[in-house]
Amino acid sequence: MIPALVTLCGPLAAFALIGLLPPLRRAGRPAALLSIAGIAVAALASGIQAVPYFRGVAAPATYEFLWAPLTGAPSIRFGLLVDGLSASMAALVALIALLVQVYSLAYMASEKPASLGRYYAYQAFFAFAMLGLVLSHNLLQTYVFWEMVGLGSYLLIGFFWERPEAGRAALKAFWTTRLGDVGFALGILVLWGAAGTFTFTELFAKVGGGAVAGSALSLGLAGITLGAMGKSAQFPFHVWLPDAMEGPTPVSALIHAATMVAAGVYLMVRVAPLLSHAPELMSAIFAIGVLTAFLAATMALVESDIKRVLAFSTVSQLGFMMAAVGSGGAGAAYFHLLTHAFFKALLFLTAGSLIHAVGSNDLFKMGRLARAMPVTAACFAAGALALAGIVPTAGFFSKDEILASVLAGGHPLGFALLVLTAGITAFYIGRAFFLAMLGSHDAEGHAHESPAAMTAPMAVLAVLALVGGALAPSIPRLFAGTIAPPAFEPETAPVFVPILGTLAALSGLALSWLAYQRRSFDPGAVRRAVGPVATLLERRYFVDDAFELVYRRAYLGLSSVVGWFDRYVVDGLVNAATWMTWLVAGRLRGMQNGRVQDALYAVAAGLVLLAWLALGR
Amino acid sequence: MSVMPHLLSMTVLAPFAAALVLFVLPERAGRLIRTVSVLGAAVPLLTSILALRHYDAALRGFQFVEAYPLVPRLGLSWHLGVDGIAVPLLLLTAIIHGTAVFTSWTTTERAKEFYLFLALLVTGVYGVFVSLDLFVLFLFYELAVLPMYVLIGVWGSSMEIEGRGPFGSLFRKIGVGGKDYGAMKLTLYLLAGSAFILVGILLMWVAGAGPMGRPSFDYLALSHVTFSGGLGRSIFLLFYVGFGVLAGIWPFHTWSPDGHAAAPAAGSMMHAGVLMKLGAYGVLRLGFGLLPQAAQQLAWLVGLVAVINIVYGALGAGWQKDIKYLIAYSSVSHMGIVMLGLATLTSVGLAGSVYQMVAHGIMTALFFTLVNLVYHKSHRRDMTAMGGFARSMPGIATFFVIAGLSSLGLPGLAGFVAEFLVFLGAWTSAHPWWAIPGVVGAMITALYVLRAVRTIFLGPARPGDEAPPDAHGVEWVSLVALSSCLVLLGVWPRLLLDPLNAGVADLLARFGS
Amino acid sequence: MTAGALLLVAAAVFSIGLFGVLARRHAIGVLVSIELMFNAVNLAVAAIAWSRGLVAGVVLVLFGIAITVAEIAIGLALVLLAARVRKTSVLDDLDTLRG
Repeated sequence: MIPALVTLCGPLAAFALIGLLPPLRRAGRPAALLSIAGIAVAALASGIQAVPYFRGVAAPATYEFLWAPLTGAPSIRFGLLVDGLSASMAALVALIALLVQVYSLAYMASEKPASLGRYYAYQAFFAFAMLGLVLSHNLLQTYVFWEMVGLGSYLLIGFFWERPEAGRAALKAFWTTRLGDVGFALGILVLWGAAGTFTFTELFAKVGGGAVAGSALSLGLAGITLGAMGKSAQFPFHVWLPDAMEGPTPVSALIHAATMVAAGVYLMVRVAPLLSHAPELMSAIFAIGVLTAFLAATMALVESDIKRVLAFSTVSQLGFMMAAVGSGGAGAAYFHLLTHAFFKALLFLTAGSLIHAVGSNDLFKMGRLARAMPVTAACFAAGALALAGIVPTAGFFSKDEILASVLAGGHPLGFALLVLTAGITAFYIGRAFFLAMLGSHDAEGHAHESPAAMTAPMAVLAVLALVGGALAPSIPRLFAGTIAPPAFEPETAPVFVPILGTLAALSGLALSWLAYQRRSFDPGAVRRAVGPVATLLERRYFVDDAFELVYRRAYLGLSSVVGWFDRYVVDGLVNAATWMTWLVAGRLRGMQNGRVQDALYAVAAGLVLLAWLALGR
Repeated sequence: MSVMPHLLSMTVLAPFAAALVLFVLPERAGRLIRTVSVLGAAVPLLTSILALRHYDAALRGFQFVEAYPLVPRLGLSWHLGVDGIAVPLLLLTAIIHGTAVFTSWTTTERAKEFYLFLALLVTGVYGVFVSLDLFVLFLFYELAVLPMYVLIGVWGSSMEIEGRGPFGSLFRKIGVGGKDYGAMKLTLYLLAGSAFILVGILLMWVAGAGPMGRPSFDYLALSHVTFSGGLGRSIFLLFYVGFGVLAGIWPFHTWSPDGHAAAPAAGSMMHAGVLMKLGAYGVLRLGFGLLPQAAQQLAWLVGLVAVINIVYGALGAGWQKDIKYLIAYSSVSHMGIVMLGLATLTSVGLAGSVYQMVAHGIMTALFFTLVNLVYHKSHRRDMTAMGGFARSMPGIATFFVIAGLSSLGLPGLAGFVAEFLVFLGAWTSAHPWWAIPGVVGAMITALYVLRAVRTIFLGPARPGDEAPPDAHGVEWVSLVALSSCLVLLGVWPRLLLDPLNAGVADLLARFGS
Repeated sequence: MTAGALLLVAAAVFSIGLFGVLARRHAIGVLVSIELMFNAVNLAVAAIAWSRGLVAGVVLVLFGIAITVAEIAIGLALVLLAARVRKTSVLDDLDTLRG
């Protein structure tokens, strides 16, 4: 348990120091080094902690304490859960965070010191929250850190807050994920109402023992799934992720590719033992995953912003993982999560390197960069191959497992769609590579290779992206070391699965080579030929517009109705009462003419009246 | 128990003594006036921390009790005592009072009178929280409510609101949005509520005299009497409406935006931060505590109105352009969560409700400090005329985000603990669907709060604008103190939950279930 | 002279005073009329006390006279003040209490 605590305390201490000591924050570089030291400690501790789980020789361990004592209901306990799943994920998060923070040192070097300090404060905060999320031993604590990573994402997307687009994108990201979190929160409530606990171990035991009603379980899990869909940018909540690219590129690599967006999938893998009790929900998750994978890949086809291509690609790959969860292959999903973290973080970091050199995100303003930036180009190639799923990169193995599990789950149609998506994936990443690295014209400006602080993390990730497939045998061992070890049946995937996958990938790559390198045909002509479809893709299936419409009409509309009602009806009655009082008073005031003798007449009349009443009758 | 024999009397009388000293001080003695005010705030802060530390949660019940008969023939006595519910609220009052003194540090106009009225108001608040005699409680209640009229009327700020169409001349005539309008509206509303409360208390006094053998205003004595049927329900409704007005229940909430917008910083801090809690506390203590049967029968009404409050307030906030109105509407929404927690009649929900009183009190005090700082530095209240302020006031922007995050229920800050406990309570109550609008309300809060953050602080600075400066000097005190409290209560809820659970258990013990 | 006759005189004086109070336009005239009403009441009290042999009534009358003196002093002071500040002692012109 000590390594887990150290893992958390490293970034937390860094954040606390940078946050509470303004001079340190304003100094910039010292704050950065402190944050890097904190995450390095975390990476080391979590790495040491994860090794026995990878070897399959460690049992789950928990540490907990009383957080909120309650009466009349079970008290809420918080704590850490270290098992195969959380230990390996924590190591992954800490490693990528470390690489990204080192990379940022060079990438953000032109920022003002105070701004740099703020950046590293956010980074340390995010690292702490993400590690806390991974190591949570119950649903409520997961939710707590879940929201905190959301905050970290909000702050980092809006890092360049003086740009209106950055502020907008940050809001969009926060709101969209929070929409999913409404479901998450309600789901937790439902499960708590039914099972009386938030703790994973107790929840699994109670559900396994049949102590939880099926309908409540399905409802609760559906809510949690909504939360996961928001965080993992699943259709239709995917709208925030492409816009989130307004943040600095290292942030996109860390948060919006490797870690936070994968948290949704991580959560689904975590609760996978419960999902098997809700088969309809599994089907729904599968459908959403496949749909997301396909739609996002098609949207990536028409993007010219390199970061957005990668963002759509992330959405699509997360869809693959969700589909795997939905088809019962949590192990495959988790494997893909790990390899995807390597190659997608790598792709983002290389994209950052390109943007750093060219000064633009636009693919069409890049070209022939391979000559000036050989390391970046090689790394990009490694990442692209892994994303496309070419043998023997990491992506090949994990994608293959997903396809196999989908087929084994009895979804031939979904399988076909995912294979097609794999082809599209290879095409759009090939397109990005050829446009940026090779191509027919030179990039604008004077491109140059990035400094070592940037290339070194890229190189590390490139190696991992290439050889990460070697982790495949460890996945069952990791899962055997979780709190709910699955009963493994040896998966014997038909041999045509890897062949089909590879064929799709190769044809996608070949097609992109023909289109963008050989120029055998003009992509522009194709785009014109399929005009309406291309428009549909460019407008992103109008989902963004739908959200915009809901926001403007439903929220702002309702808001103004309520505001108006309050001012003119509820308050109108109050003001009307005031007005009536004035009106009546205006009539009555005439009686007070200020003449003493008129008042005395009234007194005399009253006296006579009283005398008459008292004596006269 | 016997930490100090007169802990509660000291708490109540310290600000009163400060008020008396202020009364005789000369107007010019600026430094001395502030020193006396700080002392008047520091003593209760100390005593309330002592009360929290030494309140024995295992023992439950009312502790630190003091009882001296005043008018035995009428059953009137100086009877003080706090239970697990009142102790956290005492601390809340002390925190807000202390920071309010620092927030108004720069008040130069009639500083003596300002601090005098502030101290009187606080005396009333402490008095309500510690009184176990309903008549004395009512007196303190009036003392808490009335000084606000002067505070707004003299030190407030105006921003006339244009009525649309045919309302234009009417709004001008009545002066909607002006400080006189706000002060008058607030005071009239709250006094109308007091009338309900007084009738309720007198009804109890009369009706309780029979079963008890002699008339008494004593809370503990009355709590042994059962007021059943129509009488109980009528008294409950009197208390609910009377105190509820102060708690901002729909549709009697409209004094809050106008009043809080017009009030000076310390005024709205005290009022939204503590006095609105006084209303909820009144409903809880007198309504739920003394009339459990009626409360059980009418919980549906309380819950329904609370749900309306949550959603209606949150939606109403989205329409506001004036930053102070925005915060005031968010208070209306958040007080709905307090009332929802009460209506759940579960121990988790009730604990969450009181937790929300504390959390929202601190959060809204921070908000009002911030918006007043923004107002004083930029001379604007209209958000649409702001933008890019984060460049020149990064500190204020940071604290504004912290307050906003607490209000939208971000974990790690006090608001989350409170809201989540209330929703847990709601989900396990007789009306589980209440949790849904509650959670949705938190979502809507995220919409308007973060939109406000973006409008005010983010984006490019408006061209030709003079950059408003950041906070400096004493102004930081309240910001740092209040946000530290938010974080502390967000990560370590046990601090308050131990006494709260004891208090709630006492209260619920009277609900036969 | 009987008490009844005295009371009749008192009522007559009171009515004359009342008429003066209501009808005079000048403040001094009103003050004098008020004096008349006062003395009418004093006369009535004295008459009743005399007819019943009550000493207390005479004491009350003496008190009344003393108070009347004080009252008329204040009244005259007010009139003088009004004359100085508002430049008038005519009651119809002193209507600042108008609503």
